[in-house]
Amino acid sequence: MSTDVSRRWTRTVGAASLGLIVLVGQGFPKAEGTGGGRAEQTRRPDPAGNAAGHVQPPPESAIPDGPFGTMVRMGSDIFQDTGRHASGFVGNDLRCSNCHLDGGRLPGSAPLWAAYENYPAYRSKNRHVNTFAERLQGCFRYSMNGKAPQLGDPVLVALESYAFFLARGARTGVSPPGRGYPKLAQPVSLDIARGRDVYAAKCALCHGASGEGQATADGYTVFPPLWGARSYNWGAGMSSVANAAGFIKANMPLGQGNTLSDEEAWSVAAFIDSRERPQDPRFEGSVDETRKAHHDDPLDFYGQTVDGVLLGQNAPPSGTVPP
Amino acid sequence: MERSGQRKQKRSWVGFCLWRLPGDATRLTVALGLTLQTLPSAALDPASIASNGSADGAPACGSCHGANGEGNSNAGFPRLSGLAADYLLRQLASFAGAGRASEVMQPIASALSEPERRALASYYAGLPAWKAEGGEPPDGQLVFRGRALAKSGDWARGMPGCPQCHGPVGQGVGAVFPALAGQPAAYAAAQLAAWKNKTRANDPLGLMAGVAEKLTDDEAAAVSAYYASLPVPATRNGGPR
Repeated sequence: MSTDVSRRWTRTVGAASLGLIVLVGQGFPKAEGTGGGRAEQTRRPDPAGNAAGHVQPPPESAIPDGPFGTMVRMGSDIFQDTGRHASGFVGNDLRCSNCHLDGGRLPGSAPLWAAYENYPAYRSKNRHVNTFAERLQGCFRYSMNGKAPQLGDPVLVALESYAFFLARGARTGVSPPGRGYPKLAQPVSLDIARGRDVYAAKCALCHGASGEGQATADGYTVFPPLWGARSYNWGAGMSSVANAAGFIKANMPLGQGNTLSDEEAWSVAAFIDSRERPQDPRFEGSVDETRKAHHDDPLDFYGQTVDGVLLGQNAPPSGTVPP
Repeated sequence: MERSGQRKQKRSWVGFCLWRLPGDATRLTVALGLTLQTLPSAALDPASIASNGSADGAPACGSCHGANGEGNSNAGFPRLSGLAADYLLRQLASFAGAGRASEVMQPIASALSEPERRALASYYAGLPAWKAEGGEPPDGQLVFRGRALAKSGDWARGMPGCPQCHGPVGQGVGAVFPALAGQPAAYAAAQLAAWKNKTRANDPLGLMAGVAEKLTDDEAAAVSAYYASLPVPATRNGGPR
């Protein structure tokens, strides 16, 4: 299947469809500004940054002693092994660190230090100003296919403390280089068949031929599932092809970032994001209505028929948190 | 239990091979070290090859890799027991063909037939994973540095941590990412050097070469010492979820 996206894309830029972006430190900070959030900001090298202008987050060894440091460490633990340390809120086999590499430090991988300094912010996804903690709730609801911890829950306090720690020296309200995922130039079309080939050649080795991921014999997920019941749900930012393409281009295969062409990144992102995954927790009663309300974007395959499957029709349940 | 028309092989624990020829009651006893007649695949006994060598002259695997496939820490010969069969098979193919240069293993792997390689890979994969005894006592400082680098990698150089592919305690993942825990430090360091100088190039997608070429010799020694210091996990490699 090949989807012509160029015409509609032009009309869609800046519209509410961009609100589908879910991941912390999303790649389109300026688009959100249309709703009256952040003013457009000038990118400049950060005084605390390195030569490339990136903020240099402190190392783990710099976590202080005392109650605050304990909370930071707890946040780091949750970030690295979310299902274990926040088990009541996680419904799949993913970890925060799967999409935010190097413990949320890596530029181009939606680093926490960049996200932290850019909240509160208006988000068209839910049409109001979100605090950072509310933003974290969205990660659990969508990317982790779980349920959101209540505001004030120690899980959110710990993650916010960890993000604050990593953001030491960053500047509030400045969208720094390295924030979110890189925004790739728009493709002429999304070639899913081509994406299937790229996946088989470059991704299946680790993530499995059916996107199921791989685990150790004692059940520790090492390579995250990319679709299916144990992956992120249809409400997650990564289910938007633009986000996935940016992440893949910058970071995949692991340790070989920026080796795929833009065209390969777009194609393989389209292949991955046109497989069935857990239902959007905002389900509106039908796939059609849910698409209209939350997925009206040519770079979003929810509600489209791909390879004979109406995506969303037989989606595994959302919010499957173990009792 | 002997069926007519089928050769049957038995192996004695003192290193002798006994087998019967079809329709012939004559029992031949062949001393260890003699070249054996070619055995049909139905009679392939990997345990015999492991302890006695193969019909075509491959020496006993156990003479270097240990009687239980546990490896040899002093000499830097790797543990085979408990590793994934597909991984072991691919290494034998690489030694015999291209991708993994070794003066020792090239002729040995070449002397093994494809069925023998398969049988040996399955045999060692099925053995309980033992850790070789001996070797240099670990240098605590080196292990400590290796642990830190292994755990997090160094993303400023685009280098992921080892657990991101080999599992949180180096227990290995699936058929592609072998266990590192408990492998002799000299072996692991030699492999990192081999990827770096391209005498080993059989890693899928060049994933290991990409890491090894960024490591200094001291860093390679440190991560090797760290993994050598770990116990061999009781569980096997895992795989698809």
